[in-house]
Amino acid sequence: MTLSDFNTLLPLIVLTVWACALLIVDLFIPKGRKGWTALLAVFGLALTLDLTLAQLGDSGAGFSGMITLDGFSTFVNALLLVSAMLAIGLAYGYVKRMGLERGEFYSLILFSVTGMMLMAQAADLVIVFLALELLSIPLYVLAAFARPKVDSEEAGLKYFLLGAFAAGFVVYGIALVYGATGATALSAIVSAVAARTANLTLLIVGAALILVGFGFKVAAVPFHMWTPDVYQGAPTAVTAFMAAGAKIAGFAALLRVFSLAFPSLAADLTPILWALSALTMVVGNLLAISQTNIKRLLAYSSIAHAGYILMAFVPFGSQEVQSVSVAAGLFYLVAYALTNFGSWGVVIALEQKEGRGLEISDYAGLGRKYPALAAAMTIFMLSLTGIPPTLGLVGKFYLFRAVMAGGFTGLAIIGVLTSLVSAYYYLRVVVTMYMREGEPEALREPWLNFTWGLTAIATVVFSFVPSGLFDWASQAVLKLF
Amino acid sequence: MLFEYIAIATLIVLAVIVALIAIGLGELFGPKKKMEEKSMPYESGMTPYGPGTRRMPVRFYLIAVLFILFDIEVVFFLPWAIVFRQLGLFGLIEMAVFIAILLVGYIYAWKKGALEWE
Repeated sequence: MTLSDFNTLLPLIVLTVWACALLIVDLFIPKGRKGWTALLAVFGLALTLDLTLAQLGDSGAGFSGMITLDGFSTFVNALLLVSAMLAIGLAYGYVKRMGLERGEFYSLILFSVTGMMLMAQAADLVIVFLALELLSIPLYVLAAFARPKVDSEEAGLKYFLLGAFAAGFVVYGIALVYGATGATALSAIVSAVAARTANLTLLIVGAALILVGFGFKVAAVPFHMWTPDVYQGAPTAVTAFMAAGAKIAGFAALLRVFSLAFPSLAADLTPILWALSALTMVVGNLLAISQTNIKRLLAYSSIAHAGYILMAFVPFGSQEVQSVSVAAGLFYLVAYALTNFGSWGVVIALEQKEGRGLEISDYAGLGRKYPALAAAMTIFMLSLTGIPPTLGLVGKFYLFRAVMAGGFTGLAIIGVLTSLVSAYYYLRVVVTMYMREGEPEALREPWLNFTWGLTAIATVVFSFVPSGLFDWASQAVLKLF
Repeated sequence: MLFEYIAIATLIVLAVIVALIAIGLGELFGPKKKMEEKSMPYESGMTPYGPGTRRMPVRFYLIAVLFILFDIEVVFFLPWAIVFRQLGLFGLIEMAVFIAILLVGYIYAWKKGALEWE
């Protein structure tokens, strides 16, 4: 083990030490002044982001090939760190207002981010599993953070039970892959398949089980049952972080594992992924139509978006299309993360104590009373639907283009049709805001305003200059292969 | 290929037969005196009292969690101590990092009052 090993993990190590130190420092910060903890947490994330960006263009492997550093991991890590900062921006005022002001909140977010970053850098199935646990366990605690509120406790327990169940699938899949190839390192799996020493049936079953486990994590149909309940019950700021962070990390691991280790299984797995993606888009969007609670609506919308991102996996078998589709997947994750934090931010602004202000009817009259907030929400709803001028449209465009280049026109058509369906429920929120009369109560909180304002501006501005971001994503992927 | 397993199969069959013989002989020739003590769940242990669903202070739960945390620490110490010389300085640093992480948890638990029994 040499110094260069630690270099590949430097941002992660710094963040881990920072999170541990924050846990201790927070003990000495008196109650009611937890703003300092939040500030320190953001500072740690910013420092880590700086170190991550300094690694831009670097590549290498460390710890006997268990950890990898490449453009892909740097891109995903940067996205995760920005997500965590946005999450803290949303959370600071919210936890204070809801009486949840405990310093552990921020340490837990930091611990979870370390797991997500490890997931992006994992080059060995054992590390993938380790990272999965590291990112999940703080999220279980965060979901139940509004204890003793029954909804929140229920969300935490449900998330824990189903998460543990999903982790079981992943481990069993890893065990079968190990049994088939005699290796857990992604590169060794590929060479075992190339040398024809692997038991292919066992390998396919193992890969499918890993897919099931991660299907739970990213909330793909038919493994989505927990999502609405957990997203609704968890404190809203946690939901925002969970919806973006866990999804980004889960998809990063899936993208790396499937396009690196299992491309030879494409013939067998592509139909499964096709069906999974199509099913997720259709079911997620159709179930969202009948929702009246904004948190449940956004939960079903996040399921539907998992379906869109899953499209990026479908052409993972063909070498030429693979890099474009993975880049499109990464780009869509950025678009989704920005829009996601923005829309949850608006939800937080309108949420009152005891879970009031969460019905769509509570948004009536928002356009008149709080024009800026309503305008931001309109941008996010348009972006989630995929209507210009927003990042959501550009993301969908790249995705559909990549899928069609891979020869899956049918899937692209399903994507377009389900987007049309989704317009119905997204635009219903917009219509309620502008065309119904009402007296909504929204909160003016500087960091919250800053977060939804920033994401709204970013969603629009990046949609006019998407090529820079897409080029970055493409380069990230080119270095992966 | 399956022939390799014949030894194991023989062993399993023999083990079952031997166990059945031992229990069967005891049943055949052993004296049978039914007493109240003999039919108790824990013949040579404490006398159980009360129903099993009594309420327990939730503090025990916290103690149990802390016990597991620091018990596992010792479990890791043992193999480390055995190969300590081979690992050298690296092993020492590695263990120091491990203890430092646990220490964070310990300080946290202490400051939060988890070690106090009120």
